[in-house]
Amino acid sequence: MRSAVSTLELRRPRSVREALTMLRDDGPLVPLAGATDLYVALNFGTLTGTRFIDLWPLEPLRRIEMHGEVLSLGALVTYTGLTRSRLVKQRLPMLVDAARLVGGIQIQNRGTIGGNIANGSPAGDTLPVFAAAEATVVARSASTERRIPFVDFYSGYRTSVLQPDELIVAVEVPAVSGQQWFRKVGTRAAQAISKVVIAAVRADSPRVALGSVGPVVVRARKAEQALATGQGIDAAVTALEAEIQPIDDVRSTAEYRRVVAGNLLRQFWMQTAE
Amino acid sequence: MQFTLNGRAVDVDAHPMRRLLDVLREDCALTGTKEGCGEGECGACTVLVDGQGVVSCLVPFAQVEGRDVRTIEGADAQALQRAFMDHVGAQCGICTPGMIMAAMSLGPDPTRRQMQEALAGNLCRCTGYEAIFRAISAAKRASRKTPLSVEVTT
Amino acid sequence: MANFTERAVGRSVARKDGIGKATGKAVYADDLVFPGMLHGRTIRSTIPRGRVRAIRRNFDPEGFTVVDFRDIPGKNVIALIDEDQPCLVEREVRHVAEPILLLAHADRERLLGADVALEYERDVPVLEPAASTVVFKQIHIEKGDVDANLASADVVIEGTYRTGAQEHVYIEPNGVVAVQEEGGLAVYGSIQCPFYVHKALVALLGDAVTHVRVVQTETGGGFGGKEEFPSVIAAHAALLALKSGRPVKIIYDRAEDMVATTKRHPSVVRHRTGVSRDGRIVTMDIDVLMDGGAYVTLSPVVLSRGAIHAAGPYRCDHTRIVGRVAMTNTPPNGAFRGFGAPQTQFAMEVHMDRVAEALGLDPVQLREINALRPGDTTATGQTLGSDCSALETLQRAVAKSGYAEKRARARDAQHGVGVSLFYHGSGFTGSGELRLASRAAIEVTERGVRVLTSSTEIGQGTRTMHAQIVADALGVPYESVEVAQPDTSRVPDSGPTVASRTCMVVGGILQRAATEMRRRIGDASPAEYFRAHGALRVEAEYEQPDWIRWDDETYRGDAYATFGWGCNVAEVELDPVTFEVRPVRLTAVVDVGKAIHPALAIGQIEGGSAQAVGYALLEHVVMRDGAMANGQLTNYVIPTTLDTPPIDVELLENPYPGGPFGAKGLGELPMDGPAPAIVNAIRSLGIDVREVPALPEVLLRDSLGRRGLHSARDRESITAAGR
Repeated sequence: MRSAVSTLELRRPRSVREALTMLRDDGPLVPLAGATDLYVALNFGTLTGTRFIDLWPLEPLRRIEMHGEVLSLGALVTYTGLTRSRLVKQRLPMLVDAARLVGGIQIQNRGTIGGNIANGSPAGDTLPVFAAAEATVVARSASTERRIPFVDFYSGYRTSVLQPDELIVAVEVPAVSGQQWFRKVGTRAAQAISKVVIAAVRADSPRVALGSVGPVVVRARKAEQALATGQGIDAAVTALEAEIQPIDDVRSTAEYRRVVAGNLLRQFWMQTAE
Repeated sequence: MQFTLNGRAVDVDAHPMRRLLDVLREDCALTGTKEGCGEGECGACTVLVDGQGVVSCLVPFAQVEGRDVRTIEGADAQALQRAFMDHVGAQCGICTPGMIMAAMSLGPDPTRRQMQEALAGNLCRCTGYEAIFRAISAAKRASRKTPLSVEVTT
Repeated sequence: MANFTERAVGRSVARKDGIGKATGKAVYADDLVFPGMLHGRTIRSTIPRGRVRAIRRNFDPEGFTVVDFRDIPGKNVIALIDEDQPCLVEREVRHVAEPILLLAHADRERLLGADVALEYERDVPVLEPAASTVVFKQIHIEKGDVDANLASADVVIEGTYRTGAQEHVYIEPNGVVAVQEEGGLAVYGSIQCPFYVHKALVALLGDAVTHVRVVQTETGGGFGGKEEFPSVIAAHAALLALKSGRPVKIIYDRAEDMVATTKRHPSVVRHRTGVSRDGRIVTMDIDVLMDGGAYVTLSPVVLSRGAIHAAGPYRCDHTRIVGRVAMTNTPPNGAFRGFGAPQTQFAMEVHMDRVAEALGLDPVQLREINALRPGDTTATGQTLGSDCSALETLQRAVAKSGYAEKRARARDAQHGVGVSLFYHGSGFTGSGELRLASRAAIEVTERGVRVLTSSTEIGQGTRTMHAQIVADALGVPYESVEVAQPDTSRVPDSGPTVASRTCMVVGGILQRAATEMRRRIGDASPAEYFRAHGALRVEAEYEQPDWIRWDDETYRGDAYATFGWGCNVAEVELDPVTFEVRPVRLTAVVDVGKAIHPALAIGQIEGGSAQAVGYALLEHVVMRDGAMANGQLTNYVIPTTLDTPPIDVELLENPYPGGPFGAKGLGELPMDGPAPAIVNAIRSLGIDVREVPALPEVLLRDSLGRRGLHSARDRESITAAGR
């Protein structure tokens, strides 16, 4: 363990309101939820902040409920919470698929969707799901609440439009019509970081989103258009290859990611055909 | 900070950002929980918090305030422990406490697939997992208790 | 008690250490706490080659103990085979992570926060063994007339095969605690070979201590990674303890352990094989190149075992094996289960399948024709006896796995089946056991007897298995036999816990000691004897079988007292969308001579096979600029419960008369077979892969000659594969 814990500060708000007040008046404070990313950095000695705010006890951020036809998922809903939710299984089964594959049960019991989104890793497993579902990130500060379309949430590699005094409080997912499809290709069968991850919806206007093939999650608009306009899967795969920028890294190669992304698109198309 | 540890109310004074793993091993002198990686990958540090298995190397101490923490020293796991002994589920033993804590989430008569999924976050380098499955199968035939964590649906 | 007849050998008795491990009470190195204990930290080189020009300590020295090479009382070496590896850098740096400075402090945060700045003069590192001019060892094994027979062979098949490095990933990282005691020093730690550490510390500390005592704590996995490496971490803790006058604990975190400690030697093996059209191997010409890293450590012995096993379990009158292990400016490689044999037998077994392809023979058929039989001679000219089981293990594995029907299944199903046949010499090579001159003892106690060896329990069941052998040889209940913790001040030097020798060699010595004790105590039970006569300790020494002849110069003769034999059949599924390989089932038929404890024997085979599955498919050491770039469990992945297949094990018992109750060595054999069996299964699907790890990225590359996935036939197979 390579961090000097005694130099770290943890603020412990007792309510969401108190948390937002702290963020406004007492910042900068790094939000801490399930800690499945932040404490890896703590262990490695690569934490960039020293002041944290503990969100874990804030139960109101754990709700899963319907607002009309919109599914609202609290930011602190864990992957286990998703896999056990009848609502999520019914309305967003591709998110349940992602939650089951994010890691072993210990990680599923602690990791949160808010954390996955805020962390903004290019390999985040829920991010293609929210992109394909055209979700909305609900961000709240002491004075405002705004709804940010998922497609507009990231401005660059691990960078979002979230302000330092804002918290992600929920993700809202409108009804998704069409067959949902999710596949993650990791370095092994379980407890793995994705090498390529895809979430897609088969509909008249198909939606395709991928992770681990660029600095941020990719909505493959050109591939979607090729499919929607009947140009066929080969054209869509060609279009997809131009929309992604995979890299070589310690886990995989750009070539592999490019080829497999195309294969996954093909498999999605084949498996969701009537 | 107050919490329940292996069934007893305790009050431990430690920095809120300390890893739960270190508080257990050092402040509470419970060395049965092991550190294998410090990245949440190996599962050797698995404990139960409110009945759910978590990797204690990734849990800030502050977050167990008022909660129920169980380690191998206080886990109600005799059937599993007995079965690990009878079926040689432990070779070097370093993964065993975490493996047993994670296995507590399984219900009676688990299938091989269910055991694989419940233990996918626990690495063993010695056994190839086969003897662990044999041990758990034997234990879960013997005890027929309900699992500690309860299915919740909304 | 002399007529106590119940037998422990051959039964899966309760492990001696089962309770401690199941309850978390077993004490590992990091569980030890001593009053006034300091924590230690190693400052390491960040360049692969050069010289240290300056060391700047940018921290408040209060409370710190700082050690550099000038603090070493004896020799600045880690004594092993050669004395080329310094304990601490003096000026010259030969690899990234080479230890330069040691720090200790009571407060871990102050320790971790201490900033040490290093300045270097850099040299260009040698990172390719083929380009290295420094060769640690060369070996030449020759039998018959290879060149003439290559020229006259019906068919000659050539091939080059590669194996990558492999990291042990024992779940417990390296760790030790050094404690001064009465003018001497005790080191407690996660150690396979306490007397190796003892020897290293004696050379390092010289007259500064009156004695050195090394004690093995419960060890969370070794696999060879704690054979020679602990001498390094123990030396560091010892120096800090000596200088500070306080106990010093050094525990590596996972990243440090992965980057800085030893790994399996990478290899490149080239084969040229002359065969007759009817499938007989007429001649083999084999070249072995291994990467030793920066210092010699155990490279000569790894190369030796690799070279001796390079021609596989096959008969061939004309064989040449030329091997060399070369220096590179990378952290030294070292012992890892199999010790060179997994590398060279990978090459042999994949090559055999290519030979079969070339001849239009089934891979099993080719192996049946050429498998060693009793009376045949190996590459070193060793004549095998009735304890040779190559053919039996092959035939049993083929039958048990349903190989023939599964092989006949169409390739379209993406279900591949592959076979490998392998063997592994038990104990040290040639005259090695004679040089070790291992000793083991037993002593009477008021409860029964106590076993005294330096053999370590590292999960494989040493305590249990030794107790079983002594119980039966002495005719006493297994429960009355206890096993002493290996403490170099209390136990004799039984040699290292390596080389698949702990049962066959040390168990054999214990058997003789027990027989001698029975002779001396008559009909009394040991406890009765103790009460009546007091202490009695019987010690025995290794006796080499009188038929062993070995020439170290020419590498000819009886390389090993006996061999273990095995056959693997691997079934895999290949996903054409992602090129991921899912192992579906592994069948392992293994001749162990005698299974002293069947469940432990099966455990070795299951565990070794799983480790080999990782070697085959998952485990990739990514090196950048001479250092491991993926030194985290997140990025260097070993098999989880969902990555290992069901493993069907069958034990054969074809006894070796010189082993206790017929036992042969077992611990490493299971590592030799699964990787080529899996690769051969992938090959049966049409991908010409010749290396491990056979990552999906590798298979994609190797298959691109198969016109990728754009043909109509392939599109259909994508649907069939499912998710």
